[in-house]
Amino acid sequence: MKTAGSKPPLSPPRWLLAELTYACPLQCPYCSNPVDFARHKEELTTEGWKRVLSEAREMGAVQLGFSGGEPLTRPDLEELVAHARRLGYYSNLITSGYGLSAERIAALKAAGLDHIQVSIQAPEQDLSDWLAGTESFAHKKQVARWVKEQGYPMVLCVVIHRHNIEQMEGILEMAVELGADYLELANTQYYGWARLNRAQLMPTREQFERAEAVARRYKERLKGKMKIYYVIPDYYEDRPKACMNGWGTTFLTIAPDGAALPCHAARELPIDEFPNVRRMSIREIWEESEIFNRFRGFDWMPEPCRSCDEKTKDYGGCRCQAYLLTGDMTATDPVCAKSPHRHLIDQAIAEAEAPPEAPLVFRNPKASRRFFET
Amino acid sequence: MSLDPDAPLRFSPLHRLQWEEAQQRHVILYPEGLVELNATSAEILKRCDGEHTLRTIVEELERKYQTEGLTDDVREFLEIALENGWIETAA
Ligand code: SF4
Ligand code: SF4
Repeated sequence: MKTAGSKPPLSPPRWLLAELTYACPLQCPYCSNPVDFARHKEELTTEGWKRVLSEAREMGAVQLGFSGGEPLTRPDLEELVAHARRLGYYSNLITSGYGLSAERIAALKAAGLDHIQVSIQAPEQDLSDWLAGTESFAHKKQVARWVKEQGYPMVLCVVIHRHNIEQMEGILEMAVELGADYLELANTQYYGWARLNRAQLMPTREQFERAEAVARRYKERLKGKMKIYYVIPDYYEDRPKACMNGWGTTFLTIAPDGAALPCHAARELPIDEFPNVRRMSIREIWEESEIFNRFRGFDWMPEPCRSCDEKTKDYGGCRCQAYLLTGDMTATDPVCAKSPHRHLIDQAIAEAEAPPEAPLVFRNPKASRRFFET
Repeated sequence: MSLDPDAPLRFSPLHRLQWEEAQQRHVILYPEGLVELNATSAEILKRCDGEHTLRTIVEELERKYQTEGLTDDVREFLEIALENGWIETAA
């Protein structure tokens, strides 16, 4: 069953990301959903999701994220949360907060939800609403307050890019004002819609460095009060991130239609069909499917990774980033200074100094259909 | 700042301590994170129930493991736990 050779022993999944739906009332231009998301319409049923949760838990998954799209659009969310709680998951609702009421927050708590991560686009109304493509700022702040009041750990998430990076201070002050226990400052990763809009989203090196200094200052100051996770934009590094802690080692994403992905961005890889939970058990998918085995271990690696002693640290970087930039999903992640494609990253950095004029493409079904309808 | 040996300690309401069958160990769960615990750490944290103090935890563990002189180790671990927000001193 398991492939022979120098493959390390198989580890069970620990984190499960359940993307319940691609439906979303917001239109963030940096959304990490696949650009052709509107192609996948058939969502798993309540029973289908329950089976996914049960099977993954049995294998050892314990951290669970309910995400999307906007998971609140699923009327069975409370039922799924209750099922997850019974199984012993630590579950997180990753939401835009859109349409969330104090009553529903309480109902989710009663069902056993552990925490809610609310994303806010920017620290001021006009910009936040523009980026969301929806009037939502005031309500999001209200949601954050309710989450806090009801005794959840309050996790605020802000995706950072050139339109809000200058407001790092305002973002941190907003997090303080709202009493966030955790603040995730997620520099945009260029997948999905973000890749499409990269020239309009990528900050310059100077902007990035200034913002990072502000974040570092607050991190020091808020120690013990607020935990700040600062997700670095890896374009400005010279080594890639250890993507997903290694392909098929820790993370499992199930897309709305039941496709199983080693990472939420993997749907953009040139793979015709991902294994689907409608046809296979989670165990079969994790242990036996060709796709989950494809980039496990080190045998698949080309040079310069193959003979590099850092490969156990970063696993050659991100397969999706390699593919999106070089067209070859087995290539060394071009972020690496040793990659023969590093110039592609340097070009993008140079472009950030003088980005071409172009409108942002907002994420919605109409824009998505352009990617598969002719 | 060193820990008052008579301050009652409790596990943080913003974290969860749980036995994981698949891993055969206790873990601490919190937003975006998971800490795997060895048996002794779990024994200490399980006693952070709002009543136990450093002193009473040490007494119980010394009895349980039939040993002495655990104070420094337990204190050190509790201070780390406090710093990480896993536990808090119950006012
Ligand atoms: S990033 Fe924005 S558009 Fe994408 S799913 Fe989240 S809230 Fe919706
Ligand atoms: S060459 Fe490959 S393994 Fe070595 S540091 Fe670069 S990406 Fe990592």
